[in-house]
Amino acid sequence: MEGDIVQMGAYIGAGLACTGMGGAAVGVGHVVGNYLSGALRNPSAAGGQIATMFIGIAFAEALGIFSFLVALLLMFAV
Amino acid sequence: MAADKYGAAEKGKELAFHPMDQFIVKPFFGDGAVGIFTFTNVTFWMALTLLAAVALLVLGTSSRSIVPSRIQSVAELAYGFIRKMVEDVASKEALPYFPYIMTLFIFIVFSNFLGLIPGSFTTTSQIAVTAVLAMVVFLTVTILGFVKNGIGFLGLFWISAAPLPLRPVLALIEIISYFVRPVSHSIRLAGNMMAGHAVVKVFAAFAPMLLISTGIGLVVTPLSILAITAILALETLVAFIQAYVFTILTCVYLKDALHPHH
Repeated sequence: MEGDIVQMGAYIGAGLACTGMGGAAVGVGHVVGNYLSGALRNPSAAGGQIATMFIGIAFAEALGIFSFLVALLLMFAV
Repeated sequence: MAADKYGAAEKGKELAFHPMDQFIVKPFFGDGAVGIFTFTNVTFWMALTLLAAVALLVLGTSSRSIVPSRIQSVAELAYGFIRKMVEDVASKEALPYFPYIMTLFIFIVFSNFLGLIPGSFTTTSQIAVTAVLAMVVFLTVTILGFVKNGIGFLGLFWISAAPLPLRPVLALIEIISYFVRPVSHSIRLAGNMMAGHAVVKVFAAFAPMLLISTGIGLVVTPLSILAITAILALETLVAFIQAYVFTILTCVYLKDALHPHH
């Protein structure tokens, strides 16, 4: 019985951890949206900033991946 | 440990296959325990990755014709792409480390793309594989930073542009974020690969619905087949972008090691 409750808690926690991915989605969308609005204002400078945009995406996305990791740990390791 | 959980799930009514089944490391020949020297599916697909890299880079450029063949131009494009990235992001002084970054990129991009073949195994979806790659990058960058700058490498954490009272706080944050680097570096690649392939398998579980019920199956089966196609197309993009991101972050870290004072 106790084990079942612990497992239930782990699964609920895994589901809750997935809400963190929404934050990452907002972050990545913000980065790309701002890049695009900047690029449309000054298209000649846009090409040089693609690498910077990808670095920004990577950092924003990493935190969403952490929530995915927490979900995985709760499902398979706890 | 994960296998026990799968076993527990199979007792009830579950999917015919688990979406995470594709990531289980098992011996390539027959069944049995996985030891240190067992030839597993990871070994097989990693060997294919190396063969593909050799085929592209060694065989592709062996003729060295002025008018390149298709495979030669792909190899030259890849070389030029990474070389430009190292120059732009990590400055000209990082060019001695270009072969290492090129190796990383080619290995990751081939292992991601080979993982897209249905039924194959994505070696980069294993955190063990990406953690080794990221740890090697982290150790290389840290050692290189101390060798090139001596104790001055610690200036990376002491931001002289900030007001003096803020600097200890910022130093703490910088140190934490420095040591989180290998974690996020490896989890990002493995997580992206794992998540995308798991989503494909989830839709694959819905695809044979038509065999069970002709009512709802008529809607679900075409939709899920369309979804698999769309997600595989997205995964093709992600496979390249993640290899690119891993490489470009390596360049960023390398720049920190060579120029710690920004």
